[in-house]
Order: sequence, then C-alpha cells, then structure tokens
Amino acid sequence: MLIDLLIEAIKAIVVVVMVLNLAGVLLWFERKGSALIQDRIGANRAAITGFGKRMGLPNLGLVNTLIADPLKLFTKEDFVPDGADKFLHALAPFLALFPVIITFAVVPFGDVVQIGSRTITLQAANINAAALYVLATIGIGVYGVALGGWSSNNRWALLGGIRASAQMISYEIGLGLAIIAVVMTYGTLDLQEMCRAQGGVWFGFLPRWGICLQPVAFLMLLVAGMAESKRVPFDLPEGESELVAGYFTEYSGGKQAVFMMTDFAEIVLVAVLITVFFFGGWQVPWLYRDGFHFPGGAHLALPQLLVAILGLVSFMIKTVLFCWLQILIRWTLPRFRYDQLMRLGWKGLVPLGLANIVVTAIVVVLTSGAR
Amino acid sequence: MTPGVFMFLATLAVISALGTVAQRNPVHCLLSLVATLLTLAVIFIGLDAVTVGFLQAIVYAGAIMVLFLFVIWLLNLQTELRSAPGYLAVKAISGLLCAALVAELFLLLRHAPTAGGAQAAAPPGYGSLDMLATTLFADYLVAFEITSVLLLAAIVGAVALARREPSRRGVSAQAMAAGAAAASSERGA
Repeated sequence: MLIDLLIEAIKAIVVVVMVLNLAGVLLWFERKGSALIQDRIGANRAAITGFGKRMGLPNLGLVNTLIADPLKLFTKEDFVPDGADKFLHALAPFLALFPVIITFAVVPFGDVVQIGSRTITLQAANINAAALYVLATIGIGVYGVALGGWSSNNRWALLGGIRASAQMISYEIGLGLAIIAVVMTYGTLDLQEMCRAQGGVWFGFLPRWGICLQPVAFLMLLVAGMAESKRVPFDLPEGESELVAGYFTEYSGGKQAVFMMTDFAEIVLVAVLITVFFFGGWQVPWLYRDGFHFPGGAHLALPQLLVAILGLVSFMIKTVLFCWLQILIRWTLPRFRYDQLMRLGWKGLVPLGLANIVVTAIVVVLTSGAR
Repeated sequence: MTPGVFMFLATLAVISALGTVAQRNPVHCLLSLVATLLTLAVIFIGLDAVTVGFLQAIVYAGAIMVLFLFVIWLLNLQTELRSAPGYLAVKAISGLLCAALVAELFLLLRHAPTAGGAQAAAPPGYGSLDMLATTLFADYLVAFEITSVLLLAAIVGAVALARREPSRRGVSAQAMAAGAAAASSERGA
C-alpha cells in the first residue's frame, strides 16, 4: 500500500520537475535559437567554471541563461504598484502557472513498466475523461492573466488582460473542436488509450499516427495552442510596442519570472498535446512490446525495460521538436493585428473545426459499419 | 467519496459561496463564485458524475465566469462602499425567502430516501460520456434539439440588439426588426 503511494508520488514529482526543467531549458533554446535565426551570437556570458573555454569550445551561455538570469530575477525588488489589489496581484502569476502544470498529470509519457510483479503505468493520473480534463484546465488558465492585468491598477496592464482573456476564450473553441475530432477518431477520451491506438502500421511500413488521420486537426491544434500560449504572432496581450508589456507591465522579480515560466510551460503543453494526439505519444515506429518488427519482416527482440526507455526517449524527442517548431514560428512571423486575430479565430478555426468534425463523423460511421 | 472528503469540499463550497455575496469588490465576488463552481465540479466528480464535473469546470468556471469578468470591466463596477439605504423591506422579504428555502431543504432531507438506495454502488459506466450522450442524443433528443433552437434564438436576438445602424437613424426600430427577421430566417434555412 505504502509503496503504491510512493510510486504515485514519484511519478507526480517527476512530471512536474520535468516540465519545469524543460521550461527553463526552453529559455536557453529561445535565446540561442533566436540568435541563430537572426545571425547573432546570443547569450555567451558568465563562464564561471572556465571549463568550456579550456576545452576550446565557444561559450554557449548556459550559465548566463539558466543560473545568472533567474538568480537576478528572484533577487530583484518585488514591486507592487500604488492602488493595486495586493492579494490578487500576488495570486495572479500562480493562478496562471498552476492550471498549466496540473494538465501534465494526465499526459502518458510511456507505456507500462514491469518491475517484479508490479505493473507501473507511466502516467501521473489515469483519468478516463482526460481530454475533458485538458480542456477544463486550459479554460481555467485564463484567470491568472486576466486578473494579473486587472489587479495592477495600470491601463496598459488592464488592456493586456482584456485582450488576453478575449483571445484565449476565442481560441479555446478552436482548440476544443480540434480535440473533439481527435476524440471521435480514436473513440476514447483517455490519452493513454489514444497512444496505444496509434501503435502498429498501415501498408506494412507507415506508423498509425494520428497525423495521417487528422491533419486538419493537427494544424488547428498548433494554431490554437500557440494562440493560447500568447506568443508571437499571437502576442497581442503582451504587445510590447503598444502596451509596454501588457498584462505583466507592473510585475517584477519573482512574480514576473513565474509569468515567464507559464509561457514556456504552455509551449511544452502544446508540444506534448500535439505529440500525444498526432504523433503517437511514446510510440516508436515499428517498436512493439517485444521489440522491433521492421517492415522487411526482420525482428529484433528487446528486453521490456529497454522498450519502455525507448518509448520515454521518443516522447521526449518529439516534445522537444515541437517546442522548437513553436520557437521557430515565434521568431519568423510578425504580430497579427487585432481584427486579423479575431477573424482567424472565429471565421477561420471555428468553421474549419466544425467541418472537420462533420467529415470525421461521416468517415467514422462509414468505416465502423455499425448503426 | 468518503464522508470526510465530502464534508471538506462542501465546507469549502459554502464558504466560497458566502464570500460571493458577502464581499464588496465585484471581482473578488466573482473569484469566490469561480471557487464555488470548481468545488462543485470536484464534488460531481467524486460522486461518479465525471463528465458533468468536467463540463461544469469547462463551461461555467472556464467560459461563463470570464464573460462575467468582462461585464464587470465594461460596466466599470467599483467597490461597493456601503450598503444602499432604504431597502429594509427588500431585506426583510429576502431574509424571509431565505429562511423558507432552508426550511424546505430540511423538509426534503427528512423525507429523502436513505440507507439502501443511497448506499448502493453506481452502475458501471454511470456518469461517463457514453451514458450522458445516450441520454441526451437518444432518449431526450427532441427536448435537446428544442433547447438548442431556444439558445439560437437568444443569440440572434443579441446580435440584432447589438447591430449598429448602417445609415438612417429614423427607421432604427423597423430596420432592427427587419434585420432580426432576416437573420433568423437565414439561420433557420
């Protein structure tokens, strides 16, 4: 009994730590990546060990980004503006971060592991209605941003907060419609079951990944997800050329760092959702529970633990790739105008999503042959 | 759900519901209401009504309350400084109604089915999306569709009211009625 509880606790902690770490690493990804895209050098300070220099390597700015900057942020003065709602001003950043972090509880990051007589599912919480849970937590994520803007007693911040809530509400619908189409395709709300359904191959070589079944939903989830994370080209709530810094204008120090962390955690969340829904989650092409079955008919038996680790690695690689894709888009496109943003959400994504659902429903009924 | 968990959640729900009516700042009231709705969602999930619980969180806490927030901002509601004077009669009547409601609740609880009926385990699949969908789209299909028509009418009405006049102001009422009629016939077709 105690050991079961311990396993659950370890899984929960591992998930949270992984997400927060990846969010931190993404900051470095973003700095060096944007430098690469814009033909700059990027972060290259603070080589405190001098190790890389002695080895003749260029300074990658890891210490600078991952240690020095967070230290600087957390030791800065925590400023609360005059006339601000102090309680909500302090609460808002955490209200923004919390729903994003708890969403990862239902994400399966691997299949099952057999240790002794114990079968461990690599998923922090196995909820049957996981897809609904994801929608619920994303929906609640609006409050942190909106209240952060309102409680600051600043017009820029309030405008940013209003923009953020309007944008997130609008794109939640597109996001929900995309997820509904996916749920109809797999016939389950359980993310682990969805990943399992994506095992196996078509025509002997093509992995049965969701992207082949739902390409439209994939694009919709990518667009709506990026809009939910409020980054360029959807960064109107922040809009630094119009609103100073939007909803977090009046935030400094640790609270601002939490808002920043939320942004990166949301990138990870979108990447993870895309991986689970459309790229097989922890599936490796041609890898089954007993080892590889290659298209030619060759078979490579692998121990069960190695298969689980390979699945975990594949999940990580896919997640990091989609994080990178989002950073690439963020540094490539300019910001939308507000009317363009709303038109894309309501006149683009919503009708497209409804059409996608109708087509999916027809195909599901025709192929299942029932009713 | 064990009685202890239920008591904890119920207490939380009642406290946040009291906060909704007792606080002066409209945004704080709204947040208390969100907390109430989320606690209710958790109670639903604990009582095996998983789908209803999540829908409560998505629809009420996640969407409708944000619209409430918008309304508060757009109307620029300020903190209520002191209670308005001269509403003694209103207060008395609402207090009376409140007492009646509490009395009714107690009466209902006394006559509620207990023991066997309440203790029985839920049938398999109870509260799942499958069961909810079967109930909505097979057993009560007509009622469900009629409700959606009602909602559609409300949407059309809101659009007609919010529609800005394109040109002459003199015929505003007529144009509005015509616009509403056109919109509704368009949707109906």
